[in-house]
Amino acid sequence: MILAKALVKEYTLGGVIVRALDDVSIEIRDGEMVAITGSSGSGKSTLMNILGCLDRPDSGSYELAGEDVAKLSTDRLAEIRNIRIGFVFQSFNLLPRMSALENVELPLLYQGDRQARAKAKAALETVGLFDRMHHEPNQLSGGQRQRVAVARAIVTNPAIILADEPTGNLDSKTGKEILALFEDLNAKGHTIIVVTHDPGVASRCKRQIHLRDGHVVNEPLGAAANPVTEEKG
Amino acid sequence: MLFWTIVKVAFKSLAANKLRSFLAMLGIIIGVGAVISMMAIGSGAQAQVLARFSAMGTNLLVIRPGQRGSGGVMSGTQLNLKLDDADAMLKEAEGIGAVAPVVSGSSQVKYLSRNTRTNVLGSSTTYFTIRTFEIDKGRTFTEAEVDRHARVAVIGPVTATNLFGEDDAVGEIIKVKGINFQVIGVMKSKGDQGYFNPDDQVIVPYTTAMKQLFGLDYLREIDIQAADEEKLADVQESVKQLLRKRHRLQADTPDDFSIQNQAELLEARSSATKTFGILLGSVGAISLLVGGIGIMNIMLVTVTERTREIGVRKAIGAKNRHILLQFLIEAMIMSAVGGVIGVGVGVGAAHVVGDVMALQEVVETFSVILALTFSVGVGIFFGFYPACRASHLDPIEALRYE
Ligand SMILES: Nc1ncnc2c1ncn2[C@@H]1O[C@H](COP(=O)(O)OP(=O)(O)O)[C@@H](O)[C@H]1O
Ligand SMILES: [Mg+2]
Repeated sequence: MILAKALVKEYTLGGVIVRALDDVSIEIRDGEMVAITGSSGSGKSTLMNILGCLDRPDSGSYELAGEDVAKLSTDRLAEIRNIRIGFVFQSFNLLPRMSALENVELPLLYQGDRQARAKAKAALETVGLFDRMHHEPNQLSGGQRQRVAVARAIVTNPAIILADEPTGNLDSKTGKEILALFEDLNAKGHTIIVVTHDPGVASRCKRQIHLRDGHVVNEPLGAAANPVTEEKG
Repeated sequence: MLFWTIVKVAFKSLAANKLRSFLAMLGIIIGVGAVISMMAIGSGAQAQVLARFSAMGTNLLVIRPGQRGSGGVMSGTQLNLKLDDADAMLKEAEGIGAVAPVVSGSSQVKYLSRNTRTNVLGSSTTYFTIRTFEIDKGRTFTEAEVDRHARVAVIGPVTATNLFGEDDAVGEIIKVKGINFQVIGVMKSKGDQGYFNPDDQVIVPYTTAMKQLFGLDYLREIDIQAADEEKLADVQESVKQLLRKRHRLQADTPDDFSIQNQAELLEARSSATKTFGILLGSVGAISLLVGGIGIMNIMLVTVTERTREIGVRKAIGAKNRHILLQFLIEAMIMSAVGGVIGVGVGVGAAHVVGDVMALQEVVETFSVILALTFSVGVGIFFGFYPACRASHLDPIEALRYE
């Protein structure tokens, strides 16, 4: 359960204050599949980073599974990112010189999980890359890399998967495959939040949150029960 | 295990930037190599000296004319040690086993057309036992020969080879300062001692040497063998008092001679070794410091280059201490690898230098462990700041880094 109220995030660039998020309130329930859409610079990534506990808002409150994130230490935030959240990035962000298997294992190693290897293999199996587990990222295609990234995101069995433009660097066919993967994961109960400016991708999510200049334009608090459909453009 | 993954990745990234890693490690390699090789040479030299001293026996006292200043430097007159002093010792001092008066000088020595410049030493029959010279061929001279100023010579094996090549020297006539001497014996080899070679000398009766060769009435040294090794200090004191009395020294006048025993010689040697060690230590410390700075520099570059990776690691749940540990381990591995290479280089260099200096280098396990510990320590120390910087990076900024 994600509950964000009146989030504000500002950046100062060359003396000019940019309000990347301006009074954003959203509520996302467990098991939802949500698209966050909006044009470039509308604040999608900023919101995503706050929801993913990578960044803190300047004001407003954020509760994740009943915990007030603002009060948590950096170490506790790292733990939350490790256990509750899986990230998928536009540019894959796999670590070089480590095999697919080692990349997928890594989040578990930070927990000290003794079954890391077995779980990592299972995750690679889920994304259909079991036979490529010993390849290093530079030996894999873009689509395969993103699958490894998805495997890394799900290996700790997190409640929430956050994907920032996950198909942005892929051709439309592989993009659709990755999206299908997210749909499967959502069917298994993971909350999926996908940032995208691609209406095709957004339309495959049951709910969309549209941002413009740091504001949510169609998503009042509590609208989740009665989702507004499709606002493109 | 996280640790092994970190170690593996560290080795892979070292291997991926071979030249850079090598240059970063160079300071450590040179530092460790220098310390290891010089320590091996030092230990080898010390072992050689020790072996030599113990071969000579620990009941030897050497009396030389002149005052002994600091560091064993001689000063004062060199002409006041007389044959009478040596005789008196045998008669009057306590606990003396044997006495050998010694005169010496450098001379041209000839056999037929061959000649060599060498040390000619005059002494008594006891000299050979006191100084533990053994005879390889022939014999030493007798008391009778000493008494009648016989022109007989016992020569060292190197001198024998220089003058006679492979031929038998015993019975042949050599010319020392134009005077004929009969070679009656050749000594066994003792090995070069660096500052002088006991295998290259001609030993003749001191009577002959003083009257006919050098025309001297004073001695270069008197060698004394104590009857009982345990009482060496007593003998030394007794000899000292006797000589002071004979030289009519006032109570407040310093000795006009010096008495050295083996223990003191060893001490002088080991203090020289200590000085050498301190010098080495500072060379090593400076190299390791420079090496550490090299590693710190390369680690800072690495951290900057891998900013994005650090962001990713944090995003998937790495805590600050995980990042800190990772970069510390990498720095440590780099310095440890440098240390291992340095040990290899040092052992090789010691071998080469040992060959040149004709001594057997001794690589002690202790020095290897010390050098490796130090290089790892340097890695940790100088890797700490870069690792700290890495661990405190903000995840968002790190992820945005291009
Ligand atoms: N670290 C930053 N420093 C300065 N400005 C930033 C920073 N991050 C984001 N911004 C600004 O905040 C706004 C929203 O950015 P972002 O959330 O990345 O948009 P989106 O992901 O929707 O393209 C943009 O105007 C961007 O320039
Ligand atoms: Mg963005």
